[in-house]
Order: sequence, then C-alpha cells, then structure tokens
Amino acid sequence: MSARNIAIVYRKELLEALRDRRTLISTILVPILLFPILTVGVGFVVAGLIEEADREPARIMILGGTDSPGIVSSLAKSKNLIVVAEPANYVELISNKKIRAAVEIPPGLESSAGTDYSPVKIYMYSGDLKSTTAAKRIEEFFNDYRDNLARDRLKAQKLPASFLKPFDIQQKNVVSEEKVAGETVGGIISYLVIIMCLTGAMYPAMDLTAGEKERATMETILSSPISRTHLVLGKFLLVLTASLVTAALSVTSMGVSSWVFQHFQDQSSGSAIHIKIGLGAVLSVFLVALPLAVMFSAALLTIALFAKSYKEAQSYISPLMVVVIVPAVAAMLPGVELTPRLSLVPILNVSLLCKDLIAGTYHWNSIALIFLSTSLYAGAAIFIAIKMFQRESVLFRS
Amino acid sequence: MIEARSLSKRFHDKKRGQICAVENVSFTCQPGSIYGLLGANGAGKTTTLRMLATILEPSDGTALVFGHDIIEYPEKVRANIGFLSTATALYPRLTAQEMVEYFGRLNGLDEATLKKRIDDIFNRLDMNSFRDRRCDKLSTGMKQKTSIARTLVHDPPVMIFDEPTLGLDIMAARTIVAFIRECRQAGKTVILSTHVMSEVEKLCDVIGIIHNGALLAEGTPTQLREKYQEKDLEEIFVRIVTTHVARPVPAEAS
Repeated sequence: MSARNIAIVYRKELLEALRDRRTLISTILVPILLFPILTVGVGFVVAGLIEEADREPARIMILGGTDSPGIVSSLAKSKNLIVVAEPANYVELISNKKIRAAVEIPPGLESSAGTDYSPVKIYMYSGDLKSTTAAKRIEEFFNDYRDNLARDRLKAQKLPASFLKPFDIQQKNVVSEEKVAGETVGGIISYLVIIMCLTGAMYPAMDLTAGEKERATMETILSSPISRTHLVLGKFLLVLTASLVTAALSVTSMGVSSWVFQHFQDQSSGSAIHIKIGLGAVLSVFLVALPLAVMFSAALLTIALFAKSYKEAQSYISPLMVVVIVPAVAAMLPGVELTPRLSLVPILNVSLLCKDLIAGTYHWNSIALIFLSTSLYAGAAIFIAIKMFQRESVLFRS
Repeated sequence: MIEARSLSKRFHDKKRGQICAVENVSFTCQPGSIYGLLGANGAGKTTTLRMLATILEPSDGTALVFGHDIIEYPEKVRANIGFLSTATALYPRLTAQEMVEYFGRLNGLDEATLKKRIDDIFNRLDMNSFRDRRCDKLSTGMKQKTSIARTLVHDPPVMIFDEPTLGLDIMAARTIVAFIRECRQAGKTVILSTHVMSEVEKLCDVIGIIHNGALLAEGTPTQLREKYQEKDLEEIFVRIVTTHVARPVPAEAS
C-alpha cells in the first residue's frame, strides 16, 4: 500500500511538472541549450575573433632605427604590418588603440658587428588580442633577423648551423587519453554534474513545497488519507528525477557540443588536443553522484518547506548555491588530491572522486568510503525532510 | 458520528507567546444532521475542524470520527471524511477529472470502481463539459463542483466544511449549500463552520457557538431561542459572545 501511495504521488507530481513551463525550462531546456551556446556559440565567436586578428594588418610604430634602414625597410615590407610614421606619443596611441604596438630599435643594430647589443623593445597593450598579435609578429620578424644574423656569422666562421643548437628537446605524453581527460576536463565535468544535480532539483523542490502552500493545495492533500511520510517520499522522488535528468542532459549536451566543436577545429586547424571519456567513466560518475543528488533533493525540499511562498523559498535556497559551489570548485584547484580525510567532506569528496573516475583511476577503498558517507548524509537529509513534513509549525507557518 | 472530547490546541507565537486557539471543546455530531460551528474570525473554528480532519494534532483531548480516534488512527479518520474549505484549493495543472482521480486513488479505490464513481459524480454534478479542462482554466463555480467531487469520490460518511462559501458569489454559494443538504439527506454526519447567520438558519440542526477558543453555548436553533428568549439568532450570538470573559491561558501548557 505504501509503495502504491508513493507511486500515486510521484505520478501526479510528474504529470504536473511536465505541464509546467518553468520546470521544463530549468530541467530540460537550459541544460540542453547551455552547452551548445557556451562551447559551439562562444567557441566559434572566439575563434572568429582570433582569425580576424590574425588576418587584419596591424598598425605599428618604429622608434629609432635611423641607422638601421635595412631593418626598417624590411619591417615596413613585412606581411600584415603597417608602419605608421607619426612622431606622436606611442603610449597614448597604443592605449587608445590607434596603433597596436611600437618597436624600439637600439642604435647600431644593423651596422654593428659586435656582440654587445641593447635589446629590441616591443611596446604593447597587454591582454588586447590585436596588440598581442602585432607584438608577436614583430617578435617573429626580429627572431628571423637574429637567426639569419647568427647563421651568417656561423657560415663566416665555417661552423655548422647545429653549432648553436646541438640537440632538440621533445615532450611526449605517456598516459592514456582517459587520464589526460581526467586532468584537463575531469574537474569541469565533476563540477558540472554536481551543480546540475543541484540546479535541476531547485525549482521542483520549491514548487512542490512552498509553491503548494502558495497555491493553497497543501491543506487539500493533507486532508487525504496518505501518510505524510509517503507524501514526502513521492515528492522527493520527483525532485530527484528532475535533478538526475538535468545532470544527465547537461553532460550529454556538453559531450555532443565538445565533439562538434572539436570536429570543426580538427577540420580547420588540423590539430587539437585529443581526449577520451569512456561511457563507463560517465556512468560511474553518475553512480557516485546519485547519493549526492539524493542529499540535494531532500535538503532542498526541507529548506523550501519552511517558506510560505515561492519567492521566500528562493531567498532561502540561493545561499545554498555558494555552499555547494565552493567545495565543487575546490576540487578543480591544482594539487587538491583525494585523501581519506577529504573522502568524508560532502560534495568535495564526490567532486574529487569523479575526477579520478574520468581519468580511469579506480581506488575502490575511496569509492566505497565516499559512496557510504554520501549515502549516510543523504539518508539523514531524507530523514530530516520526513520529520519536517510532520511538523505543524513548518507546514502551517504564519 | 463525530465526538469531540475536551479538544484543546495551543500554539507558540514568537511575539505573543502561548496562544490558546481552542480550549476544552466537546460536542457530538450525529449522522443525518448538520452541526454548525458558529463564531467570529479567530474564534477557533478552523483549528477545531483541522483537528477533526487530523491536519493538526490536539494539544489535549481527542475526538472520535466514525469511531476512529483522531490521534491513534489519523489515516483511518481521513479515509472516512470529506474536507472542504476555502484553503483546500485544486491543483492548477491537473484537469478536473485528474484531480478527482488523484484523490480517489489516494483513498484506495481500484481503477474500475474509480471510473464508475467519477462517471456517476460527474453526471450528477453536471461536470462532463469541463472534465478534461485544467483546473486553472475553470470558473469559480466549476472549481467548487470539482472540489465537491474531490471530497465525494470515496463516498465518506463524515463531511467537514470549513467556511465553505467564504468569498463565493451567490450562485457558487448556492451550489455548496445544496450540496451540504444532499449530504444530510444521504445520512452523512456533517459539521460546518461559518460566521454567516443566514447559512446557519438555513442549514444547521444543531449550533455550537465558539468564541476565544471555547464552546460557549450549544443546542438546536429552537432550544437556543427558548433559552435566551430571543428570536433572532444573531442577537443570541452577540449576547453570548459579549457576556463571555476570556479566561487566561494555562501557564503549564505546551
């Protein structure tokens, strides 16, 4: 009878949720659209901006160089650089983005045969994409000039080109693509799963408690024979469903968006960082996140039940975001590794474990400890939610 | 039958401290009759009815509803009552039929019985034209009918009405009044709270006058008229209430 009643409440809440535009937007639409917009949309915009900066000729200024006419002439002829001959204040011009960079050629650079040169100085607007690009082009020009000079001098001394560079240095990745994924995007995926488990549960939790009080349907349901425990469990299952659906859709949407973006990047540039996230790893992440979603759903139900209205519930729940974001972000910080003590810290433990799972690392002791401790917290949260539903002072707060 | 035995309810308020909403209230409602709980706003009517419906738990005392103790068997009590008040709204995103079906299922009806009962009630209350319309799209009258159908779906022997016509227009209020009469004719035990004197005169077989949480007088309209030598029930009510001196709240109450 009890399972039947819980199922009746769950079915009814599901039906109402599917008819509620706000629930559909927060649970389904936002997670589906957020990542295509962020990765593909923003990605393409950024890629476009970089391409534009690469293509566009940069206006630069030469300071000095009167005794190096060859260098000045070559610089003026170099591709994508326009030399401006204004004797104005270059700092002001760079600040106002009238020119992108300025280069100071030390005296005697071209004529000197010695070895004691003053440095070539490039003045630029740090952080500005077009200025950085212009500075890079100037630097490349002077690198080439320096290399040619060195090569000519070696030739004059009858020395091979390898004289200055006797050997190369190479870096090589020796770990699997899964492990690379764990280190590079594992933290972000863990963060995403945790945050989406929370945000997916937020709106339904408020709608099913404070919303019910606001719409004056709480007394209607309390006058039916269903026990309050079954009532809260039915509601809790719906909130949990919304939480998991949102997290699953977010990760799927992020995976598809990243694949599409990477595919286009591969085609356009021919190179990309290759990472691999196995289906097993994603499923393990969800399995570990399950007790966390249970804990969030029950906690949100309890908190929202205190509120008399939807608006009041929002003001209670918003600070909870900070409580969840801080440990979730902490797991992304470099050097934060899973230790037995951290395995007991809620949210942070799951976040760190998810990172390991995506990297294909399975420390079974940690998994068991984290799963058990989070399940324990989740059980406590459900217990508190049930107790709160029994309290008249909470249900009929005035 | 409803038998209230020394029902009391105390609340704690941060500003006002201990508040005694209902104190030592006892009365009996018989099947096939309507008991009217008459009182001003804040007199303790809603709290009393909420205790009978097991929505609130009494601080002291108890009641038997259809033979079940409200403290020991609250779920059995709720399975035998139909509770209707202005605070028992409908789920806006369910249709009228889904609303009634939901409560039928919660009352343990199997699907075949539920279908039969819904068809019967919807025909009787002339609700077929809007059975698939969402509750947030219904007119006030349609909403009232749906609420009635919701309370009737499991055919409860006891009906509890908490100011059922409050805020309704004349036509919607008439629907409710007619429904309450039908419940009496069907042999149900009916308790009704109101502060509308005309409703009391039209409907109630027994009247209980409640003020400051205490039941001050009880009797049939005839008995009350004879006792107070006054024809007008409103005058009787005012006389009883104004001569009553509120008792202090017991200090040991929790």
